[in-house]
Amino acid sequence: MALKKVKGNFERMFDKNLTDLVRGIRNNKDNEAKYISQCIEEIKQELRQDNINVKCNAVAKLTYIQMLGYDISWAGFNIIEVMSSSRFTCKRIGYLAASQCFHPDSELLMLTTNMIRKDLNSQNQYDAGVALSGLSCFISPDLSRDLANDIMTLMSSTKPYLRMKAVLMMYKVFLRYPEALRPAFPKLKEKLEDPDPGVQSAAVNVICELARKNPKNYLPLAPVFFKLMTTSTNNWMLIKIIKLFASLTTIEPALGRKLTQPLIEIISSTSAMSLLYECINTVIAVLISISSGMPNHSASIQLCVQKLRILIVDSDQNLKYLGLLAMSKILKTHPKSVQTHKDLILACLDDKDESIRLRALDLLYGMVSKKNLMEIVKRLLGHMERAEGSAYRDELLYKVIEICAQSSYLYVTNFEWYMTVLVELIQLEAGSKHGRLIAEQLLDVAIRVPVVRQFAVNEMTNLLDTFAISTQSNSMYEVLYAAAWIVGEFSGELADAEKTLNVMLRPRQLPGHIQGVYVQNVIKLFARLATTCLELQDMPGIVRLCDHVLEKLQHFNGSNDIEVQERANSACMLIEMLRKQLTEPAGDMSTGSIPTMAIEIVQEMALLFAGELIPVAPKAQRKVPLPDGLDLDEWINAPPPDDASSSSSEHDKDELFVSATHDGNDAIGGDGGGNVSHSDSKRHKNLELTPEQLERQRMARLIEQSNNPHYLKSTPNSASAAIGNSSNNSNADQYDNIDDIPITELPLDIEGVAALRVGITKRSDKYLKEQQEAASAAHSKDAKKKHKKTKKSKKSKNKVAYNSSSESDAEPKPLHIVNTTLDMPEGVTLSDSEDKDGKYDPNDPHRALDIELDMTVFDAPAKTSKTASAGTKEAVKAQTASATSKSLDPETSVMPSKKEKKSTDKTRSEHKTRKARQQSQPDSVPDLIDTRSSPCRTAADNGNGNNNNNNNTAPTDAVNSQHQKKKKREKSERSEKRAHKSSKLSNDEAVANRTNSTNIIDVGEPSAALPEGNLSLAVDMKAHKKKHKKDKSHQKEMRAHKSPASDYEQPMGISTPSKEIF
Amino acid sequence: MIKAILVFNNHGKPRLSKFYQYFDENLQQQIIKETFQLVSKRDDNVCNFLEGGSLIGGSDYKLIYRHYATLYFVFCVDSSESELGILDLIQVFVETLDKCFENVCELDLIFHADAVHHILSELVMGGMVLQTNMNDIITRIEDQNKLIKQESGISAAPARAVSVVKSMNIPQQIKDIKLPDLPQAIKDLKF
Repeated sequence: MALKKVKGNFERMFDKNLTDLVRGIRNNKDNEAKYISQCIEEIKQELRQDNINVKCNAVAKLTYIQMLGYDISWAGFNIIEVMSSSRFTCKRIGYLAASQCFHPDSELLMLTTNMIRKDLNSQNQYDAGVALSGLSCFISPDLSRDLANDIMTLMSSTKPYLRMKAVLMMYKVFLRYPEALRPAFPKLKEKLEDPDPGVQSAAVNVICELARKNPKNYLPLAPVFFKLMTTSTNNWMLIKIIKLFASLTTIEPALGRKLTQPLIEIISSTSAMSLLYECINTVIAVLISISSGMPNHSASIQLCVQKLRILIVDSDQNLKYLGLLAMSKILKTHPKSVQTHKDLILACLDDKDESIRLRALDLLYGMVSKKNLMEIVKRLLGHMERAEGSAYRDELLYKVIEICAQSSYLYVTNFEWYMTVLVELIQLEAGSKHGRLIAEQLLDVAIRVPVVRQFAVNEMTNLLDTFAISTQSNSMYEVLYAAAWIVGEFSGELADAEKTLNVMLRPRQLPGHIQGVYVQNVIKLFARLATTCLELQDMPGIVRLCDHVLEKLQHFNGSNDIEVQERANSACMLIEMLRKQLTEPAGDMSTGSIPTMAIEIVQEMALLFAGELIPVAPKAQRKVPLPDGLDLDEWINAPPPDDASSSSSEHDKDELFVSATHDGNDAIGGDGGGNVSHSDSKRHKNLELTPEQLERQRMARLIEQSNNPHYLKSTPNSASAAIGNSSNNSNADQYDNIDDIPITELPLDIEGVAALRVGITKRSDKYLKEQQEAASAAHSKDAKKKHKKTKKSKKSKNKVAYNSSSESDAEPKPLHIVNTTLDMPEGVTLSDSEDKDGKYDPNDPHRALDIELDMTVFDAPAKTSKTASAGTKEAVKAQTASATSKSLDPETSVMPSKKEKKSTDKTRSEHKTRKARQQSQPDSVPDLIDTRSSPCRTAADNGNGNNNNNNNTAPTDAVNSQHQKKKKREKSERSEKRAHKSSKLSNDEAVANRTNSTNIIDVGEPSAALPEGNLSLAVDMKAHKKKHKKDKSHQKEMRAHKSPASDYEQPMGISTPSKEIF
Repeated sequence: MIKAILVFNNHGKPRLSKFYQYFDENLQQQIIKETFQLVSKRDDNVCNFLEGGSLIGGSDYKLIYRHYATLYFVFCVDSSESELGILDLIQVFVETLDKCFENVCELDLIFHADAVHHILSELVMGGMVLQTNMNDIITRIEDQNKLIKQESGISAAPARAVSVVKSMNIPQQIKDIKLPDLPQAIKDLKF
């Protein structure tokens, strides 16, 4: 035997080992792939041998090859063989290979269960350790289920090394097999107070990971963590705990109050920057969560900002980066405190480190004011000129636009300046991918700010003239789209329309959709020029114009793009028609007067483009309810006769246009400014409607509008204020009626909101609507909405004030009349909320982990519906039971949740059996899962019960929150609640004192030690389940609602022990 | 959670790759390549944090790296890890390597990738930080090495001798291989 072994080893001597392999690869740099494939062949040979050492060597080599990117999963079976060797050397190599190439879906894993179990239970702690390390990388749901018990046993091993690894391993088990969390949690909690700091730290680590995704389930642990935080000196663990607290405070602001003081102490005392930074972060989170509820919070924010300043001025780039990162968090809620450090942040813009510059850019958003905007933008433009790297330049460009466009151009005082900046950006950044963004900005500004149009059209003419499409890879040519549209739409403002027309007609290589816009706007320009000719009675001029345009349009006629072709053809037909009219009565030519038909055609053409366009939110149409009796599928006019197909496309198009403008203009020109009504009658000739019919229709519409609650009525005084600088009365009317267009009207299902809307001025309405749109998109709760709304209206008030104050400025006022579309700033909030939703990824294993803890220890109360007094009664029973029996059985608290079974007796007996089981649990842990059949009738029962409960809670939850919502709206109740609340507060104090003693002594013992606190917390948790972003009043209300049972509740369960710790 | 730990040299050659989330080998290589491109173009005097690349992570993930002589140590972590904490962890890792290999250099990592893995597994397990105390880590590693020595005993001696001889045979080896291994191997021969 020994001889054989030695012989095997001698054979092996001449095999290639790992070092040889590495060296070989290094010596074959030129044909590495060939060499490796050769090696893999050798390895395959080696794996076929019986000698485990040879296999081991082969697997070690495979592990190296894997790192170079070669698939080695084919050797999976051999890896398992090596793993199963009894020698540690082989085992370690095997597990390493497995951890590198196995994954949870590997089918081979089912072969490993027993082997791994054997290793976990090995006498040698390193066997188990290596198995745990390997397993942590590839554990599958099946393995988790089968091995959960063994790993749990290891959690109470005598060796700290194994305890530590087992605790961390449990997290992986939970992820794959959420059912394990419930039985394992008490043990995990014990480990928080393990004598070994490593185990402690591991437990903190695991709970932090768990709590990060489902913080509400871990609130009851706050006292334990608080104790750890105030006593531990292990910075690693402290950081984790402090991070955990940051996530807990988001759902329990009361905790934040307790935390601030100790955190601030750490901030002032610690020398570890990492700890300091995390403390600041958590303090920020706390301050955000309680916002204004704290008396001295401005002091703590000041301290944070002060400390951050120290970080930012530090020469260490890492600290600087983090400082800026944390600053941006403060910026969201306390912009003022950050603004005092503007100098610093602006200085960071010049930092040599790109990451730091980007962070500083993020902050800039909050730094701008009307005064410094131009200066900051100038600096950013300077940066763009110097900056290398297109990504960074793009980012800068984006930021420039973002800070200018924020809050509907709140800080832009001079739009000519802004136009210029945009044009400069175009010229500066030819390779940017933000062409479309700039185009949108150009359009937006030109449409929204009438005053700047004249300037804009001339700028755009220049742009059209000079813009060179050099590199086709970028998207900057998109600006031509905007430019062409602007010069066409606002051709009335053009100084030299003919020149512009020529620029537009110049043949250029452009994408189809832009050419289409070109053609369309050429017609607009043509109509405008022709009208001028009419006014001047310039017969030769108009003829020349027609010929010129017709000739140039041929270029577009031949376009490959079907859209361009069609548009160009239609345009040609139209102009040819005009041309024919001009030439037909030859006699007129000599007299120089223009034939009447031609005049009419020109007028018609001009009318096609008459009327003001106003910005509309992208989703506005969807919000407009379909009026009664409107059938969009119905023919508006009788369908054209069969020869329609042969009729010119021009005819079709004409009709289309007319009907479209018809609707739009009628809505706009409701009570008929001269200009508009004129156009009305003109247009309706085409539709063969008599003016009487028209008038009737219009009146009917007006009546309907006035009866329709979805239409916004304009109040005369705000309208005139809004159009302060527009001297034209008909124009004013027009604007006035613009608001009749139900663009931003939102069908809101919440009556409360509708009620609140009454009596608010139109302007704030605008913001309100804007906000509602965002809010409805985010599906946030109505309570939240209310809160936001007040904020918004405040903001809008500010805006009004600002508006009047800066009347003398060149600030274009019409900005405030136009409806705010879902612009950049809005888009930002929108996407934010979407992100939040997106976080709940259905594949996230943490979703499954969410429910689990409800059932562990402290959850019974969570199951008791907060509205059902029966539940609380039972809770009382349960509590007394647990108190009398002095049992530490966590299951007692499950009792009230069983109320659905309507049998307290049964529950009690169950509770007893379980208690018995519980007491014997430390010895018979394997029972829990392995021998599920015998002693665990109760366990199974329990499981079923749990499932039932889980199933039941969801609907009840929904009902409850609905219930709460309704309650909320009833004002009468509010006062009542307030009364409850005040009485509750005093109760809190009393209960607090009572609980303290037990809490501190028995922190590890969940149900008995923390009865009251747990109860109330759990109930709170319930509320949080439905809405993470709850507002404080809502919460209080909930508490108040439960106050009859207040003896057993105490809203700030955590506050009690922490108080004691103080 | 730590999602991945990558060590590569100034040319982007992987020296160690540990993924705590499964990616197939191709993707792993792409991630290494992308990470290298992100990290290598940064100066030494800039901050050590990077927003994650496109392949690994997303907005929640950060790359935290340190550059030592010829090697980059990159950790890809999510927001539950403290940035400065991870920087410290990298330092602990490298110092541990330094102690275990006595003056660690890139060659040690090249020829002992497995050993580096074993050391790493004492620091980080399944993406979670296991131990940050260097002395504890070294004790664990030494214990395991002892165990291996015991196991190999006499039966492994001939193989080791041959490997030593093989190593000595190659002239380039004198340049390449790290010398400290030699006396140790000789010591082993005494068994």
